[in-house]
Amino acid sequence: MNILEIRNLHVSVQRKPILCGVELALQPGEIHAIMGPNGSGKSTLANLLAGREECQVTAGEVFYQGLDLLSLAPEERARAGVFLGFQHPVEIPGVSTARLLKEAFNARQRYRRLPEMDAIAFRDHLGAQAGKLGLPADWLLRPVNVGFSGGEKKRNELLQMLVLEPHLAILDEIDSGLDIDALALVAEGINALRDPGRATLLITHYPRLLDRVAPDRVHVLMGGRIIVSGDMALARELERQGYGWLEEVAT
Amino acid sequence: MNNDRSQVMNTLARSYQQGFVTPIASDTLAQGLDEAVIRSISAKKQEPEFMLEWRLAAYRRWLGMTEPHWSSVRYPPIDYQAISYYSSPFFGNPGAVALEDVDPALLATYEKLGIPLDERLSLAGVAVDAVFDSVSVATTHQKKLAELGILFCSMSEAIREHGGLVRRYLGSVVPPGDNFFAALNAAVFSDGTFCYIPPGVRCPMELSTYFRINAARTGQFERTLIIADEYSQVRYLEGCSAPQRDRHQLHAAVVELIALEGAEIDYSTVQNWYPGDAEGRGGIYNFVTKRGECRGDGSRISWTQVETGSAITWKYPSVILRGNGSSGRFHSVALTNHHQQADTGTKMIHIGANTRSTILSKGISAGQGHNAYRGLVKVLAGATGARNHTQCDSLLLGGACSAHTYPYIEVKNRSARVEHEATTSRIGEDQLFYCRQRGLGSEEAVSLIVNGFCQEVLRELPMEFSVEARKLLAVSLEGSVG
Repeated sequence: MNILEIRNLHVSVQRKPILCGVELALQPGEIHAIMGPNGSGKSTLANLLAGREECQVTAGEVFYQGLDLLSLAPEERARAGVFLGFQHPVEIPGVSTARLLKEAFNARQRYRRLPEMDAIAFRDHLGAQAGKLGLPADWLLRPVNVGFSGGEKKRNELLQMLVLEPHLAILDEIDSGLDIDALALVAEGINALRDPGRATLLITHYPRLLDRVAPDRVHVLMGGRIIVSGDMALARELERQGYGWLEEVAT
Repeated sequence: MNNDRSQVMNTLARSYQQGFVTPIASDTLAQGLDEAVIRSISAKKQEPEFMLEWRLAAYRRWLGMTEPHWSSVRYPPIDYQAISYYSSPFFGNPGAVALEDVDPALLATYEKLGIPLDERLSLAGVAVDAVFDSVSVATTHQKKLAELGILFCSMSEAIREHGGLVRRYLGSVVPPGDNFFAALNAAVFSDGTFCYIPPGVRCPMELSTYFRINAARTGQFERTLIIADEYSQVRYLEGCSAPQRDRHQLHAAVVELIALEGAEIDYSTVQNWYPGDAEGRGGIYNFVTKRGECRGDGSRISWTQVETGSAITWKYPSVILRGNGSSGRFHSVALTNHHQQADTGTKMIHIGANTRSTILSKGISAGQGHNAYRGLVKVLAGATGARNHTQCDSLLLGGACSAHTYPYIEVKNRSARVEHEATTSRIGEDQLFYCRQRGLGSEEAVSLIVNGFCQEVLRELPMEFSVEARKLLAVSLEGSVG
């Protein structure tokens, strides 16, 4: 069974059609990359999959591990293992990352009828994951994203992904604003979750992250549709030539 | 009383978990207020003559006063003759009842509220005075405290046993004629708590009062007096709850704090009076005068309050900074949901030199809640070097609620520095969505964000209180997410 299957998906935002017939299938263990120029609908696709209300589905179907994804509330999707790494993570004053993650982790445990983790066990679990990303332990006690630089916010998204161990991770421009060292850490984090039970959808503008995670497929989203798919060679072609040469295909 | 009805109300009290009624016989005065009622209250409490005179003088003043309506809260006229001013679960002399002789239903009430009155079962670090309607039921750990010279007892007992201290300090911070509700309280006050900490003593446990209104159609008019003598320290906690009823009930308390030279008083309240139902029926009118005076140099008074209950809250815990170098603090969280109204804030009166005050107010409005911060910072001519910092933050949930900030600043000394900051924000769709994407339900997400918003105040509370306050905030927000 596919982890994610999107069939003929049409989505409007504020009555404006953004996605116009997206087809996509991710098998377990795969990493796919979605590239495309600004305004092509990449973030809309990510937000739609996570359940953002402003995205109106006008046609099509989405299945996640065989479930009708569109019938689930955002929190149900999350508990079932869908994770969105936000392009612009929000700040939540007064709420530590540790607190948010403990609530999130235990919500998922309850959904799966697994025992909840107490504060001390969770702190150790969290500390271990933070160590992998080179984040100091006191970082976890700071309010979520408050006063973080762009790169810190992205690392915080990745930390949350590692702790919540999703089956489907959608990472929306996780590589933007990262220096080369941070990029290496992020790539390591993505690779760490590469296993036969999971799949990752990477939305990016740059092949430099893709070089480090070696996606199984690369898709180009333009004009609300996936107009061409390939392997890493396609990503390199886009880096050399841009998207202009694909415009004919798009229209 | 109609028991079937109260049982139905108890069943309906899903969210408000303290909304049950204790079925207990009571010695309740007939509704209405005149001098005979005041004489009767004073006689029941076996008060000395000076106390009766004090009450009667206050009553006569009250007769000439009018109910204040300068605040933003709105309610239909209160019929002061339709209230019973005294209700006691004890018959005869309440002062003479030993804990062993107290009706088990009464003790069970406090256990249900999580406050066992048996010292062996109670929290080790907290002494409790339990006030039920108009009387104190029991006061724990009194003997242990007495060894240090700390007086911790009901106000009625203090009037009988420690008349000298009461005469000296009662009404010295909130005089009987201070305002309409304070005058009413002075005339009819029933019970409350009295604390005296002797010089140099650091109170080894937290002192607390738990106020419970049980009887219908009664008002609760308690009076609390805390005196911290020179260089002493005390932390005091106040909790309260009431049954769920479809009629409003009046709670008009007076709290006076006195800090002498170098003394420190921390006073924390978690106010959880019945807030009324989702349509605004019933609930407590909480019209309270709380004021502390830093009478001695270098003294400090701190008010921390979490206000989640009551249909209407009208209270301004204040500090008179008389001693040089004294400091006052007001940290507040006020939450209004459904049809609740809150007009709350503080007054910081700087009289002494180099006095400091800080005000941190967090207002949360949901449903059709109405939330106002009203604060006065007054620096008198002699208060050279006075400093104040005020921060008022408001958080709105949904489009039908409101938040207002009314800061008043009067400065008569040029060296004073007074700062005021205010913010209003709405819980953002982005924040909610972010939390839900991590697996939190809408209400959990709102509760987490609100908790974060109040974090600076909540962390000032003692541990158990802080846990309780977080739970209350979550419960009070139920139904706030559409």
